[in-house]
Amino acid sequence: MRLLIKNGRVIDPASATDETLDILIEKKKIIAVETKLDDDAARTIDASRKVVAPGFIDMHVHLRDPGYEYKETIKTGSLAAARGGFTTIACMPNTSPINDNQEVTKYIVGESRKNAVVNVLPIAAVTLGEKGEELTEMGELLAAGAVAFSDDGQPVASSQIMRRALEYARQFRTVIIDHCEDKSLSGQGVMNEGAISYRLGLKGIPASSEEVMVARDLILAEEADAGIHLAHLSTRGSVELVRQAKARGVKVTAEVAPHHLVLDDSLLEGYDTRLKVNPPLRSLDDVRALQEGARDGTIDVIATDHAPHSPDEKAVEFDLAPFGINGLETAVSLILDRLVHRKILPLKRFIEMFSTAPARILHLDEKGMIEVGADADLTILSLNQNTVVDVDRFRSRSRNSPLQGWKLKGAADMTIVGGRIIYP
Amino acid sequence: MAFEHKHLLGIEPLSASDITHILDTAESMAEISTREVKKVPVLRGKTIINLFYEASTRTRSSFELAAKRLSADISNFSRSTSSVAKGETLKDTILNLEAMNTDAIVIRHASSGSPHFISTFCTSAVVNAGDGTHEHPTQALLDAFTIRRHRKKIKGLKVVIVGDILHSRVARSNLLLLNKLGAHVVLVGPPPLLPREFSGMGAEVEYDLNRALDGADVVMMLRIQLERQKKIYFPSIREYRELFSLTPQKFRRAKRDAILMHPGPINRDVEISADLADSARSVILEQVQNGVSVRMAVLYLLLGGKEREITD
Repeated sequence: MRLLIKNGRVIDPASATDETLDILIEKKKIIAVETKLDDDAARTIDASRKVVAPGFIDMHVHLRDPGYEYKETIKTGSLAAARGGFTTIACMPNTSPINDNQEVTKYIVGESRKNAVVNVLPIAAVTLGEKGEELTEMGELLAAGAVAFSDDGQPVASSQIMRRALEYARQFRTVIIDHCEDKSLSGQGVMNEGAISYRLGLKGIPASSEEVMVARDLILAEEADAGIHLAHLSTRGSVELVRQAKARGVKVTAEVAPHHLVLDDSLLEGYDTRLKVNPPLRSLDDVRALQEGARDGTIDVIATDHAPHSPDEKAVEFDLAPFGINGLETAVSLILDRLVHRKILPLKRFIEMFSTAPARILHLDEKGMIEVGADADLTILSLNQNTVVDVDRFRSRSRNSPLQGWKLKGAADMTIVGGRIIYP
Repeated sequence: MAFEHKHLLGIEPLSASDITHILDTAESMAEISTREVKKVPVLRGKTIINLFYEASTRTRSSFELAAKRLSADISNFSRSTSSVAKGETLKDTILNLEAMNTDAIVIRHASSGSPHFISTFCTSAVVNAGDGTHEHPTQALLDAFTIRRHRKKIKGLKVVIVGDILHSRVARSNLLLLNKLGAHVVLVGPPPLLPREFSGMGAEVEYDLNRALDGADVVMMLRIQLERQKKIYFPSIREYRELFSLTPQKFRRAKRDAILMHPGPINRDVEISADLADSARSVILEQVQNGVSVRMAVLYLLLGGKEREITD
């Protein structure tokens, strides 16, 4: 069965394409991209007035499976991804048990094959148990299906271990992803340290807790001549450090989460635990610096850090609530509305950050592009569709979004994975 | 004049006239505590819960006596005797207590914002009796009440607050209140315990106690919370005392009639010399006494007592 997508505005940053084209798909692959295609036997989709982009890839999600299935499962997380316009997601290893061995990786791969509607790519731990002491068997984990390595949530504290991990990973086609946080500086902090945390009497997480680690990682990567990907940058200082490192040729890539691009710490006045996230929402000045970094290419990727938590877990004192924002089903609309429509981020750059860049960083050679022979993963966007965030309609098992009730313009209209329409 | 607030979550939501209204009401309450029969029936039939998740002597007893002098029924819960010890969440605890038809919940909790959190779902009036390092509004009100009794007007006074500002809910509530009433507040402490961002909250930030004390009308010493310090904010009590303890010699820099305050409990000869704490200039015990009047006023205003009944 062939699928023909007609009259869409095809934007493919990889080939610098932005024109009205028809796309023909057969057997999970794109087999033709032409100005005018006709195929009576194919199922035809009219994409007039829509934007057709390479399938969006979220390289930073928490699927909670195995171990915390009451928050999310591979199945529900993948349904949420599909609804949000994502065709591929990469899941972090801080499950229970932690994904630091082939068995867990194989479980995720097998479960995804059976129950997931999008491509699910496991990110395995850098160190056993995310304890920061002994390296995992990266070669075997890659063979089992892992695509990258990260101790997300429990960042590698020891500079020595991080240095060896970066060196060791160089022999493979993979990348180390670091969540940059010096826990001795962030301590028991629950929000951004600054005028607002002092007023609210909440313990602060200083910008330095992230920036110290960003600087360390850049120095180590440069010395080892190894690649590194820095997760969810949140401060002006981090953006500046990455900008300087890129200028001198360090093999660094960086991501930012949608909430850090839009929300700032002044929103915490009401102690709303839905806004409790790590790294924390920073100052408006940091938000502006992140937007600038996204625009000028210092930051490569937008990744949601989708972190589902059950309603009961968030319905507690601010100090006790877990960190995390549910992101898969709001990211595309939020960024379209707040950044693209407001001319802060060009549309092409938006698509690049959601598809081309993560595909390149994760070495997904047949994704992140629209050309003959590429995987038939496509995200079709309706730029002017008005939506209202309603957590009760989430396909995610959790509801922890601070954007409840937000009116947003622009949405993922259709999600196609391997030539199959999985949403709507 | 009506008091338009359902809860007392902090000083921040109050206007200057709200504050003056509470203080004026407290003046009429003060008289009740001097009577032979220290009780009026204005809150008869009202049920108040004193929910204390943190240790407290003064505040808990003060709220209890305040409620009783207004004839309300009050029940005390503390962390160790409640189901919290069995792992019940704060939300469940509140919902269960409210199922017994409570009218007000007085809460002290180690987590900042807890009273705000419970006010989002409970129907009783919520009174913040100290939340983490955020606010302690009735302490600031009783401090203002005490200052007013010695100085008539708060506007224009120089008030110096000394100690661990970072972790002090008393300092925050006092700063907010005194600013709203037009006082000039100077905060003093070791830099790690006094972030410069406090100047953005309307305070003068000063690290030299002697300089800060010049011409002060009110000096408020805060307890150094020995249990909280792990020698990362300052190296030793010995050095702290040298730099920030109030001695008679340093106190001479303040105005001749300056008053000395402390929210208690005091560490004698740590933040304040024992002689000074017991001196005529010290109003520490007056603060405690006034606490009952101020809390009577707060409960009375929140639970909708009628003005004339007090004097009946």
